[in-house]
Amino acid sequence: MKEKNTRFRVVDILLILMMVLPLVAAIALKVCTPLIDAWLHNQPIPEVSDGISIAGAHIFLEIPMPIQNLVITEAQINAWLILITILGACLFFTHGLKEDKRDWRQMAAEWVVEKLDGLVESSMEELFRKSYAPFIGAILAYSACSSLMSLIGVFPPTSDVNVIAGWSILVFVLITKNKLKAGFGNYAKGFLEPIPVMLPMNILGEVATPISMTFRHFGNVMSGSVIATLIAWALQNLSRMVLGGLPGILGEIPFLQIGLPAVLSVYFDVFSGCIQAYIFAMLTMLNVSGAYPADAIAERLAKREAKKAKVA
Amino acid sequence: MLEIAIGIILGCCALGAGICMGIGAIGPGVGEGHAVANACEAIGRQPEAKGAVTSTMIMGCAISETTGIYALVIAILLIFVAPGMLVNTLTNAIKTLGV
Repeated sequence: MKEKNTRFRVVDILLILMMVLPLVAAIALKVCTPLIDAWLHNQPIPEVSDGISIAGAHIFLEIPMPIQNLVITEAQINAWLILITILGACLFFTHGLKEDKRDWRQMAAEWVVEKLDGLVESSMEELFRKSYAPFIGAILAYSACSSLMSLIGVFPPTSDVNVIAGWSILVFVLITKNKLKAGFGNYAKGFLEPIPVMLPMNILGEVATPISMTFRHFGNVMSGSVIATLIAWALQNLSRMVLGGLPGILGEIPFLQIGLPAVLSVYFDVFSGCIQAYIFAMLTMLNVSGAYPADAIAERLAKREAKKAKVA
Repeated sequence: MLEIAIGIILGCCALGAGICMGIGAIGPGVGEGHAVANACEAIGRQPEAKGAVTSTMIMGCAISETTGIYALVIAILLIFVAPGMLVNTLTNAIKTLGV
């Protein structure tokens, strides 16, 4: 086997930096938010308060646009940063792929791809297996990593409804595209079944899929962060109440806040985030796979064959 | 008068959030309990299928949790968003009507 040369190692280090630097940037952004705000809006730097607030994503900029202002928020910036991190991880794990090579990196990458293919294979129809595995993998990695971002103390993009609504709209487009495969007439006729009176109900049902996917994911992640914040606040007040009588710095020891928030974050951030990513991917697969009108297409093909036979 | 109106708005929002979450949590609770009970039964009957049953159960639990999550989203909107919006509407209406 050929020795790894210097160039290989330099590229490796650059890729590791590509993975780590966006996360560092996210933390730095979180820490410097008041400063950036003050610089952007020419305001004095606000004083640091220890009160706990529950708020949505912090808005950095509003760019005037014809229809609506384009708003640049913390969630968007963090989403782009996590995308760069995932891209770096992908490039790092696939760097120097070779046949017949026993390398832990290649093993890990192959394991991930194999598991993903297995997952897609077990829950999608034959037709979609090859083409949809990368998309499902992207959704899984993006969603799970975004939810896990709250572990390093920054705003997780999945806690903003707009981010997940974007993914849901993407899934909705895919569903509609698959439904249109049997022709527009067939698609439109589907709304009038079983009886034409059901038209409004069918339209509602069509729109309800992306909305329910959005709110399922968003609600789970956001409820976790809200509950964690409330419990941290309660524990802070409780430890102040217990130790408040002591003079000076002794009364400020946050002894109750050690331990319990960490246990809760294991459930709310790690478990809930990963489960929601899995469920989002699973529902995407089921919906897209279920939208494909296999019967109608088979009928069409049979008709075409019959026509050809007649002409001949 | 305005103070009383704002007080009523805030109180009703809090009450609505409580009722929404309280009633909305019944369904998912019962449903998930049912699912888990049946999964336990299935594992007891067929211990070798534990992995498949558990993953299906977690998936089903998370999906049946959705209605509870909707209630939670509504409750959080009622607590954090609705009061400000309603009070703004009220003050704007008073301004335009000139009462």
